[in-house]
Amino acid sequence: MSFNNTDIAAFKDVWVFCEQRQGKLMPTDFELISEGRKLADELGVALCGLLLGDKVEGLAKELGGYGADKVYVCESPMLKNYTTGGYTTAICQVIEELKPEVMLFGASNIGRDLGPRCAARLHTGLCADCTHLDVDMPIYKDFLREASTLTPEKIEGLNTAMVLGEKHDVSRDLKMTRPAFGGHLMASIICPRFRPAMATVRPGVMKKNAFDQAKADACQIVKPAFTITEDDVQTEVLEIVKAAKKLVDLIGADFIVSVGRGISKDVAGGIKLAEELAAELGGVVGGSRATIDSGWLSADHQVGQTGKTVHPKVYIALGISGAIQHKAGMQDSECIIAVNKNDTAPIFEIADYGICGDLFKVAPMLTEAVRAAKAAK
Amino acid sequence: MKIIVSVKQVPDTSGKVAVNPDGTLDRASMQAIINPDDLNAVEAALKLKDETGCKVVVVTMGPPPAAGMLRELMARGADEGVLVSAREFGGSDTYATSQILAAAISRIGVEKDDVVMCGRQAIDGDTAQVGPQIAEKLHLPQVTYAADIQKTGDTITVKRMLEDGYMTIKVKTPCLLTCIKELNTPRYMSVGGIFEAYGKPLQTFDYETLKDDALIDPTTIGLKGSPTNILTSFTPPLKGAGLMLNEGDDKANCEKLAGILAKKHII
Amino acid sequence: MDFHLSNEQLMLRKMYREFAETEVKPLAEEIDEEERFPMETVEKMAKLGMMGIYFPKEYGGAGGDVLSYAMCVEELAKVCGTTAVVVSAHTSLCCAPIFENGTEEQKKKYLPDLLSGKKIGAFGLTEPGAGTDASGQQTTAVLEGDHYVLNGSKCFITNGNVADTCVVLAMTDKKAGNHGISAFIVEKNFTGFSQGKHEKKMGIRGSSTCDLIFEDCIVPKENLLGKEGKGFKIAMQTLDGGRIGIAAQALGLAEGAIDEAVKYTKERVQFGKRLSQFQNTQFQLADMHCRTQAAQYLVYAAACKKQLHEDYSMDAAMAKLFAAETASDVTRRAVQLFGGYGYTREYPVERMMRDAKITEIYEGTSEVQRMVISGHLGVK
Repeated sequence: MSFNNTDIAAFKDVWVFCEQRQGKLMPTDFELISEGRKLADELGVALCGLLLGDKVEGLAKELGGYGADKVYVCESPMLKNYTTGGYTTAICQVIEELKPEVMLFGASNIGRDLGPRCAARLHTGLCADCTHLDVDMPIYKDFLREASTLTPEKIEGLNTAMVLGEKHDVSRDLKMTRPAFGGHLMASIICPRFRPAMATVRPGVMKKNAFDQAKADACQIVKPAFTITEDDVQTEVLEIVKAAKKLVDLIGADFIVSVGRGISKDVAGGIKLAEELAAELGGVVGGSRATIDSGWLSADHQVGQTGKTVHPKVYIALGISGAIQHKAGMQDSECIIAVNKNDTAPIFEIADYGICGDLFKVAPMLTEAVRAAKAAK
Repeated sequence: MKIIVSVKQVPDTSGKVAVNPDGTLDRASMQAIINPDDLNAVEAALKLKDETGCKVVVVTMGPPPAAGMLRELMARGADEGVLVSAREFGGSDTYATSQILAAAISRIGVEKDDVVMCGRQAIDGDTAQVGPQIAEKLHLPQVTYAADIQKTGDTITVKRMLEDGYMTIKVKTPCLLTCIKELNTPRYMSVGGIFEAYGKPLQTFDYETLKDDALIDPTTIGLKGSPTNILTSFTPPLKGAGLMLNEGDDKANCEKLAGILAKKHII
Repeated sequence: MDFHLSNEQLMLRKMYREFAETEVKPLAEEIDEEERFPMETVEKMAKLGMMGIYFPKEYGGAGGDVLSYAMCVEELAKVCGTTAVVVSAHTSLCCAPIFENGTEEQKKKYLPDLLSGKKIGAFGLTEPGAGTDASGQQTTAVLEGDHYVLNGSKCFITNGNVADTCVVLAMTDKKAGNHGISAFIVEKNFTGFSQGKHEKKMGIRGSSTCDLIFEDCIVPKENLLGKEGKGFKIAMQTLDGGRIGIAAQALGLAEGAIDEAVKYTKERVQFGKRLSQFQNTQFQLADMHCRTQAAQYLVYAAACKKQLHEDYSMDAAMAKLFAAETASDVTRRAVQLFGGYGYTREYPVERMMRDAKITEIYEGTSEVQRMVISGHLGVK
């Protein structure tokens, strides 16, 4: 391979691949540009967006508004829709020519298809699904102090790492932190010997900057040279279909809002509040056995010993006392939130967060608070 | 026609996972299972075998116990197994692993009408990188996130999932597909299949077997062949007792709770 | 004496367990409540070769061994006593006698469909007047030219309502006593054959139990199984094999109950402690596990002896006697450990206790097993 990517000093700038689908930028692009801006500042280099497509130049300035100094735009009818072959070819040519030191992709279904192929072609390291990116060592160590159980000595010792038997200074390396083992383990990965260091970044995790019109106006648009042929494309896109969101069932749901006997004074109202909270979270409604026995919810909603056993990311129990049959169905949920008028209800023994209160008052407030928190991100 | 399926034996991270006092994962607490997405890939291959009579070869890179997993796949209907195992391959990251697997698959042989299948990602590494990287090393077109596969002659039409819908993609063999759970329901081992499993051929490829492949030399495998290094790993702090929110009033409690959830990236 | 399972048997156990947890367990409560035969499960089991495990591939079996079959019944019974007995009765009481006593034509005609699970089998020995005293057969079979005419009825026949093929015992020579009983292969569409009403039972409520009624039932001469007058011997040998299946069912019920009890006592808190922290709970479970493990060794040993074509009659009797009484004891103790919740139908242990009782009765009561064992000891 003619591309010598072990000459670390020859590589400069942070690049962000900005995905567009059918002429629209993905929301995660702005998160990544914002995060890339932070990294570029810590490294003292420029932040550049990389945009591929057909007649997409008009999208580029907006990326500047979130912090991009420059946007490289590669246009061709063959790049209109995403294909692994087409995009990998263009991106790798441009990277070989312009030599960025960091290349970020959003870890969308497409980013996770594209990133590894590019990394393999360029013979460089890629870290997938990152939830935290760091260059600056003090900031990185602060992060570890808060998010891990590592000892202070261990954290201090991370200024250098042993790479192939030699001490390597990691201060200018991109430290890419991501979950493994289904989320039970976090790992910080570096790519010390090759460039660019590549990462795919989980959507919805990085903070988006405020949009700055002046920055958008100042953003430079550059069209680098590249060549792409039919042979490079290798696959054919026959159609792109947007599907209506499928009905999620309890077993596969990430978020479940369950109701119990506590809604008895206004069953329809209670269920509606649960549905609204569930909708805000992108989840589904469940129920304790009492709600099914009373005919308030159909049997497929039942969580518990004789209902379904669930392991969602978040389980919110509204007006559920937490008898052992119910606990059996949800106790392995990652995060359990309980709302109950009675502060001695057994549900609080297994809840991560509890609010002692009237679910009819608390549930709508929680829905609003979640909405506000998501908008602020 | 044959289908080569790349599979991995992984610890079951979806069940209860124990953490050692020093913050490392207690790997012994997790059962060894066949990676779930890989079972979908094997099932897709077996379905094509049912329809066309093609051969199904399963290949895995792992320590010797991984051979047991290959036998279980043969009990489901796979015809042959290849275990890629050598001390020299240890310590490989996804790049080096895909290089080694590409060499092994190359040695098994990829003909014009063959297909290579993988699961989308493994539940230990969770990277989804090895499939695409094998495809790159073998110069095969790839289609990932396959939720439906239809083969007619040398053309495969794939329903490729996006977050909010799907793309329909046409690709010619030989090619590589990565499979997701929506693709199919994996079959069980059958009683008859289990009694046949140990009679089917299972080869082991070690460093000696593969060292003459263009992709393999001491600098392309193991730690030397890995562009990425682990700087450190850690477990998040253990769940303590629950927190009762009492900020004074319901509104404040809800706002605090939403803030906590947002900070933890739960919402 | 090698107490290790082979690679294949270990893989089988893994498969049975996964199948039982995923396909059988979710239906167990429903088929018990509704007294519904789990036909959909039978179809799935058939596809995987579970309806003809220890018979040769040559006749459509899976080519396995007796122990592999016993383990299948065991794993199924852990989650559902009904599903376990469906496999056991079909395999040991219908497939086995045809395989062991049939002519080549009979085997080729009946075994492929039975072993592949396309057809379900049953065994008709018991009559209203002939239970433990099996020799009191009243059903008659009279040879008329090229066929036999059967008259009489059988009762308490497992798989009775769903069986396509039944091995039926009938009197061909009343004067010869036990040596006047013959065995026949009866297809459900033979003229004069009908099935009675589903019997409502204490346990294994999803299992199909009913009368088989023969009213001038025409059975072709070719369907005589074995020789005339050899039926009683065939029946006794068949029951020997069946006892391994039922012993495995009892074993599974006991194991399933222990699993549930361990899980529950680790969750349930009283007096500020988990039940599992009380010594009574610990000692009870220790006893339950010890007895159940002993039962497993008896069951597996009997299966291995049968596989080696050694005389296993006493071993099967011991396995069934001990496993059945263990199952009743263990499931009762499990309900007790659950307390009030265990008595409700929300938890499966009360069903396991109801299911366990029949294992002390059918395919030879515990009293019969004691007769067999003492007989082998020469104690007269």
